Amino acid sequence: MSNRSDRLWMYGTMVKSRHFEALIKPAYFEGKTPVFNMAKGPLPGEMHLSDGQEPCAVGVCAHLRPGDTVTATHRPHHVAIAKGVNLDAMAAEIFGKATGLSGGRGGHMHLFDARVNFACSGIIAQGLGPAVGAALASKLRGEDHVAVAFLGEGAANQGAFHEALNLASVWKVPAIFVIEDNAYGISVAKRDCTAVARNADRAAAYAMPGHFIPGNDPDAVYAVAGEAIARARRGEGPSLIEIETCRLEGHFMGDAEAYRPAGEVERLKAADPIPAYRDRLLADGFDAADLDTAETDARAVVDAAFAAARAAAYPQPEEAFDHVFA
Amino acid sequence: MSSPETITAPRSARRLTIARAISEAIGQEMERDPAVLVMGEDIGKLGGVFGTTTGLLEKFGAERVRDTPISETAFIGAAVGLAASGMRPIVELMFVDFFGVCMDAIYNLAAKQSYFSGGQVTCPMVLMTSVGGGYGDAGQHSQTLYATFGHLPGLKVVIPSNAHDAKGLMLAAIRDPNPVIFMYHKALQGMGWLGTVQRSITDAPEGDYVVPLGKAAIVREGSDITLVGLGLSVHHALDAAARLEKQGHSAEVIDLRSIAPLDRETVRASVRKTGRLLVVDDDYMSYGVGAEIIASVCEAGIPLRAAPRRIAHPDIPVPFTPVMEHFVLPDADKVAAAALTILEP
Repeated sequence: MSNRSDRLWMYGTMVKSRHFEALIKPAYFEGKTPVFNMAKGPLPGEMHLSDGQEPCAVGVCAHLRPGDTVTATHRPHHVAIAKGVNLDAMAAEIFGKATGLSGGRGGHMHLFDARVNFACSGIIAQGLGPAVGAALASKLRGEDHVAVAFLGEGAANQGAFHEALNLASVWKVPAIFVIEDNAYGISVAKRDCTAVARNADRAAAYAMPGHFIPGNDPDAVYAVAGEAIARARRGEGPSLIEIETCRLEGHFMGDAEAYRPAGEVERLKAADPIPAYRDRLLADGFDAADLDTAETDARAVVDAAFAAARAAAYPQPEEAFDHVFA
Repeated sequence: MSSPETITAPRSARRLTIARAISEAIGQEMERDPAVLVMGEDIGKLGGVFGTTTGLLEKFGAERVRDTPISETAFIGAAVGLAASGMRPIVELMFVDFFGVCMDAIYNLAAKQSYFSGGQVTCPMVLMTSVGGGYGDAGQHSQTLYATFGHLPGLKVVIPSNAHDAKGLMLAAIRDPNPVIFMYHKALQGMGWLGTVQRSITDAPEGDYVVPLGKAAIVREGSDITLVGLGLSVHHALDAAARLEKQGHSAEVIDLRSIAPLDRETVRASVRKTGRLLVVDDDYMSYGVGAEIIASVCEAGIPLRAAPRRIAHPDIPVPFTPVMEHFVLPDADKVAAAALTILEP
């Protein structure tokens, strides 16, 4: 069982992440109605929201320090927030502002915060190799930093997944691979494109532990991730963790989700992990007032980040030429 | 070679192949900087299929000289993660033809790490690979693909023509904070089983020196025509220049040494003097180095005494059978003949 302060942190961080996405939703559709045009409005481009997947992020990142590396996916906000990425700079980046993490060069799928060793990328399974490299750097320097690569269940069918797991195991580096199984690669269901029922079983092919975590449960993720991360820090090598989670929104905003069976979204929302976790914490003796305070505080920092991002200036267009080379 | 660095650097009596020059540069930098390590296929016990890591395993051990599985996406991606973590990985991928399996790690990850992070995270890595044909290895082991990589923002692309430059360029590449694609031509590498253009085997100082990236060398001075080459084609141009001299024409030969950054000014200054331009390249013709050089000269409004020309591999896969391969590959005869059409229209 997670300790009391970590559980409170996980709850507050899930609320923070969900509120971040909640503020994106209306902002994203500004300028995109009545006719949807992805290029319009203050948040142009694709937008992949993480509603529902928060337990994966908080259960793992509760064990991480700033010196540990995380690589995340095209759906990165919950993981970035849980890893401690600068929230103001992250919001500003998504709005394409000069005060953003990269000054507007990367946007929502390309968030980097070197202060906490966080990066994400827009290509499926792309972060796995870099996580192996970061883990190798830690090992070569005799440090106990670990590297965690988050990926979707669709990425487990990429060659990069198999190459990276094999390499991590051969080199016995402190890497943890975390599959957020939200059951869909855009529209294609996992059962229609994946030969194994459990991706965790694939760990056996690379001689590393494979853990399957059902139930989208922050405490269960916390327990398993804690074990895998401690093992990596001890120099005992990589692990694979598969978390059964859910995507409460479309693949991207504007997704009509016609591929979903009738009633699926309603069923998933009824099992929303955040109110469920609040109920469990209350049942475990947490004070409602403490949870309320955690919620209020979480929402306040997100509100402030969005207000600052909206008010911030855009970069000068000519700054597009900066940072191509170091 | 008469590159400025060769003239100013201390002379030494020994002669090195490009392979030896590369392995010496890497070994010296590994001694100097503990953050440097080497990874790739067959770079350990074998010392690199093209001799680029000879002796390094014995000297530095398996932690810093790491044979990899045949998993280019993983180990090039890992190099990006190492670089982001403050290490300086040198990665070998044997043949440039193999880059298709791992392009994502190169042009989406390595090349964009600085940009997407707004300069927070750099990517100091060297990706070295062999290029070029002429020995009957057919079209999946004989390409050069210079322009493919020169086209992609965020990558530096280096091509040495001789051992002196190879060592100095490699030292510069390892110290550069950006991803550098270091392409060595098989016809120049000095491997006994491949045959080597003897002019590529040069003296090189034993100590530390750098040949800066993005600085072309005038390897032969002349006044009537500018011949521009890179890697092997520098030697075709030099051979052609010697023949042209016998026919009364003075050719200046420029060795680009890198195409990203590209030293347009050295080329332009030469063409301002000669008024004639021929680019020699063994990459595919279209959208290639020749087009870029000619455009750079034309855009500068430099008056020309004849239309510029380019020689390159035609836009076909590299064929296997020698009668076809040597029919399509550039050589000194073709360079001399093309130069004459410019000099004596």
